[in-house]
Amino acid sequence: MSRVTVDNLWMEYGDQVVLERVNLDIPSGEFCALVGPSGCGKTTFLRLLLSMEAPTRGTIRVDGEKLSPEPGPDRGVVFQRYSAYPHLTVEENVILGLEFARAPFFGKLWGRAKRQAQDEVASVIHAVGLDHARAKYPAELSGGMQQRLSIAQALVRKPRILLMDEPFGALDPGTKAQMHDLVRDLWRAEKMTVFMVTHDIKEGFGLGTRVLAFDKVRVDPDEPQAYGATITLNLPLEDKAERAQVVQL
Amino acid sequence: MGRRIINRRPGKGGALFWGALPFLAVLVLYVTFSALRLAENPNDKLLPAFSTIADTLHRLAFVPDSRSGQVLLWADSASSLTRLGLGLLVSTAIGLVLGIGTGLIPYIRAGLSPFIAVLSLIPPMAVLPILFIVFGLDELSKVVLIVIGIAPFLVRDMAMRVEAIPSELVIKAQTLGANTWQIVTRLVLPSVWPKLMDSLRLSLGPAWLFLISAEAIAAQDGLGYRIFLVRRYLAMDVILPYVAWITLLAFCMDWALRYANRSLCPWLERGAS
Repeated sequence: MSRVTVDNLWMEYGDQVVLERVNLDIPSGEFCALVGPSGCGKTTFLRLLLSMEAPTRGTIRVDGEKLSPEPGPDRGVVFQRYSAYPHLTVEENVILGLEFARAPFFGKLWGRAKRQAQDEVASVIHAVGLDHARAKYPAELSGGMQQRLSIAQALVRKPRILLMDEPFGALDPGTKAQMHDLVRDLWRAEKMTVFMVTHDIKEGFGLGTRVLAFDKVRVDPDEPQAYGATITLNLPLEDKAERAQVVQL
Repeated sequence: MGRRIINRRPGKGGALFWGALPFLAVLVLYVTFSALRLAENPNDKLLPAFSTIADTLHRLAFVPDSRSGQVLLWADSASSLTRLGLGLLVSTAIGLVLGIGTGLIPYIRAGLSPFIAVLSLIPPMAVLPILFIVFGLDELSKVVLIVIGIAPFLVRDMAMRVEAIPSELVIKAQTLGANTWQIVTRLVLPSVWPKLMDSLRLSLGPAWLFLISAEAIAAQDGLGYRIFLVRRYLAMDVILPYVAWITLLAFCMDWALRYANRSLCPWLERGAS
């Protein structure tokens, strides 16, 4: 379970208001697509969900509990760029999460423990279709493969919430469609609550079970920074059959 | 019309030829002028003939010195390389520890980075007298001079490299459950290691400079000591091969560091980027 509740959230940098009056109640398992024009606080909102920054006002709660003040394994993330570790192979990238959990001092597993971890991640690597690229370094992979690696890496700690910042923004249309199928399958299997920032409204409606549109409702032409963006549309896509299967209303 | 000169490239043999040309030119110039001067004055010491240099080199490298009983070239090399190696080792350790500390941990950065910035502006040679007074005239002061000379650069360079690690990678490690120490061992160290090797290569020049300066001023042996000792007798037949030997050593160290980089960091060579 991971119900996300946002209560009167404000984010200000000095006198610039980025987000204002954001209120949300997202049921566990919802796939939220965050859409809206550039510079409207979508990524800022994701950063707040990730605890990369702290809101100036308001709270975010997960299942009624306040969000931890720093990033942790309860929330996985997939960025658009710099998403995998360049000095590790595909398999090492995916195992990393297990190594952090099991080898507190060295952060690295050896021998039997390592082989066991390798067996465990084999299914994740298979799920994202990277079996044949196991021993390759990220620089040897195409953009789509790198994003698949990043998703596999994020899923290994079984996060309750998955945050994605324009994960497919840099991919070609064909690869994008493959990635959509992959993400949809993984979301169904893991039943995570997903927040995905996207510029592509079609992608948002196609993939999400709820669309959150960010925009500024108040604009002061003399002082554009005085008012921030808020959620102007909070639309659950209730006619989607998969929503009823995954989302715990 | 041929192509523009920026688009014309030498082939493999051509590159070798053009690369060897300056060396050959210097060699020919030396031999010519040496022969001219020696023809005029057989006792000329400024540009000794290769045969003289070879004789001296043989004496330095294979015949024990009558006074100390040591073979000078190897004894000098051993003590110089020990000082240099120690200096580089200590500097590297300081560079890694303080560099990663200041680059990664805000409290250490707040506390140390202005101090290191000021420290790195002190001209190391200016504090050499202080080092001689404090640490004495033996090994320690020379090693400390090298450390003072290059450690601040390494610390600041490492700190900048750590700060240049994309924040996405650090955040991602935290979402994978890493603690600070694990972030250091699994992300920061491998990321900055190749850069450390490169910075060390750049530091080799200054390190040699400080070593030879310290040896020139106060030492009982060492490559720098020998060069400055025989300067009094205008013994170019000793100085020239010593300089060539130091250059060769520096070149080998540079090559070894580059090789270490390539073999320890296979990801640098793989893939497009």
